[in-house]
Amino acid sequence: MPAMTMVQAINNALREEMRRDDRVIVLGEDVGRNGGVFRCTEGLLDEFPDRVFDTPLAEGGIIGTAIGMALYGLRPVPEIQFMDFIYPGFDQIVSEAAKMRYRSGGQFSVPMTIRTPFGGGIRGGHYHSQSTEAYFCHTPGLKVVVPSTPKEAKGLLTSSIRDPDPVLFLEPKKLYRSSREEVPEGEVTVPLGQAAVRRSGKDVSLIAYGYMAQVCLDAATKAAEKGVEAEVIDLRTLVPLDEPTVLSSVKKTGRAVVVYEAPRTGGYGAEISAILAEKAIEYLRGPIVRVTGFDTPFPYTLEDVYLPNADRVLAAIDKVMAF
Amino acid sequence: MVDALRVIRDDGSTDPRLDPKFSEDQAVAMYRWMSLQRILDNRMLALQRQGRIGFYGPSLGQEAAIVGAAMAMDPEDWIVPQYREPGAALVRGMPLKELLCQLMGNAEDPVKGHQMPCHYVYRKGNYLSISSPVGTQLPHAVGIGWGMKLRGEKKAVLVFFGDGATSTGDFHAAMNFAGVFKTPTVFLCNNNQWAISVPVSKQTASGTLAEKANAYGFDGIRVDGMDALAVYRATRDAARNARERLGPTLVEAVTYRMGPHSSSDDPSRYRDEGEVAVWQARDPLPRFRKYLEHAGWWDEGREARLEQEIGDEITRAVQEAERIPPPAIETIFADVYAEMPPHLRQEMDAFLALPRR
Repeated sequence: MPAMTMVQAINNALREEMRRDDRVIVLGEDVGRNGGVFRCTEGLLDEFPDRVFDTPLAEGGIIGTAIGMALYGLRPVPEIQFMDFIYPGFDQIVSEAAKMRYRSGGQFSVPMTIRTPFGGGIRGGHYHSQSTEAYFCHTPGLKVVVPSTPKEAKGLLTSSIRDPDPVLFLEPKKLYRSSREEVPEGEVTVPLGQAAVRRSGKDVSLIAYGYMAQVCLDAATKAAEKGVEAEVIDLRTLVPLDEPTVLSSVKKTGRAVVVYEAPRTGGYGAEISAILAEKAIEYLRGPIVRVTGFDTPFPYTLEDVYLPNADRVLAAIDKVMAF
Repeated sequence: MVDALRVIRDDGSTDPRLDPKFSEDQAVAMYRWMSLQRILDNRMLALQRQGRIGFYGPSLGQEAAIVGAAMAMDPEDWIVPQYREPGAALVRGMPLKELLCQLMGNAEDPVKGHQMPCHYVYRKGNYLSISSPVGTQLPHAVGIGWGMKLRGEKKAVLVFFGDGATSTGDFHAAMNFAGVFKTPTVFLCNNNQWAISVPVSKQTASGTLAEKANAYGFDGIRVDGMDALAVYRATRDAARNARERLGPTLVEAVTYRMGPHSSSDDPSRYRDEGEVAVWQARDPLPRFRKYLEHAGWWDEGREARLEQEIGDEITRAVQEAERIPPPAIETIFADVYAEMPPHLRQEMDAFLALPRR
């Protein structure tokens, strides 16, 4: 079993699914000859010259035409080069793709997977670092998926491409090449809508996704040195959320720290906090605490200060443990 | 009107170089669809004023540009509507009663009351679902055409839009992608001179809308949109070229929105009735009737019978549709996803468990 980075695992998932299903089409800016600016689509044009397209530079056109392909019965996988560039296609995603099934009474659907790198940690400044999943999680009809390991990136991407509804697949670029993992050749799927317990613990639940799941694992290791056993929940799918896994963890530990790198106000983790307050308050032994980015645009020079790290998560753990 | 393709002359004869050479049946069918659209509009605007439907967007004046284009496509082709084309859905076989149920948002509304009136859909006729924002359907039509090409199928897609839509980013993206990937897309712009209250002269500084195609590397053609045979001819040629892999075409049908933008609009606030009168003299229905009469296929008696027949057909459909109850509450939660996710089921179950008032 080869050890792969997340980039290689995504490439492998695309390649295998394109071999299995000739309806799968890859399109986007620089995804063909160049193999994508992060190389996620490297070599696909050579193997599938009729199904990989370098498009004009227009996100609304990429998403809008991919919707058309999906309506016609294909399985397009458009790439948006950075999530920060997605907004010219925002209307097409939230008003068209996400609404199509509902507005047509189920006569039409859009089985499309939009891949896009998101989040900070690569010295990309404001326009290559943002984490704006909350805009999309607020849109009924859309699924939002975030892997945090190479193997799961393969499994989740394969499941997303096969899903009958539009999926926004957010790739944490800090994790693109940060580690390798054994990734099986051949079919790997991870069902959408299921969270993973990355580490078991009885004292406090750390709830996160993407790069922040990794930060929480680091924090849990450090907490263990102080005798605190943290459980780490990696949501993997934000919409639809695996509420039972989150609730059962917090009911067990009685403490919750929710971690996301987006700005705090209205972030997706706020929804997690609200669900815990509504459905698990009688189990809580302390306040639900959020560790997040700041309510500022994403800074360049002080990126490491902006992004939540293990120490900030540890401080939050200390706070809820001391309550 | 300058430099626009015309087929039907003022005396009802046709330009022999461009005449599509319809049989009597074909010609009468075209007239019937246009008349149905016209009479339906008048009846639906009346129903809206009586509070029996919530909203309506009429096609008055644009019947030739809608029916002429829709009839030019083959059944396996796709039609991507804007929102003023119920006539095209009817051409595609959508039953009148089903269309009425959509307007009423009742239990047999094909979209289950999920959308306001005039947001038709008819999958069986390859007639796509409608959204309200202007121009968003244009890239879909390019993607559908691209899909046809990728599947190696000799089909074409017709997309309707208005003069206002040519100002949107989606128009630019769609035209550009269509040109680059040579998709089998027929762009049918209904230039009806008005985008609600804004005239086309304030929409663009371009001399015509058709010439915009040049910048994208394909042909644009301007046709008299009040002449159903001209629209048919231009669309049919464009669709044939699309199927033959010669790429997309932009057809600008120069027409006029004789009525309000919708039942919520009052055009007297922004346009001169004198202008409307000028265009009424070019009304596509009397124009087509003249062609039928010139061919010896029409007379007063047939006209009267047709009006009676269509009127009765609409009355029956309205009566049947009005007997149907509103959709069940559960339909609010249907069709968000292929399978209802747990959080949505929770919301539905919690709501349904509340005591009913």
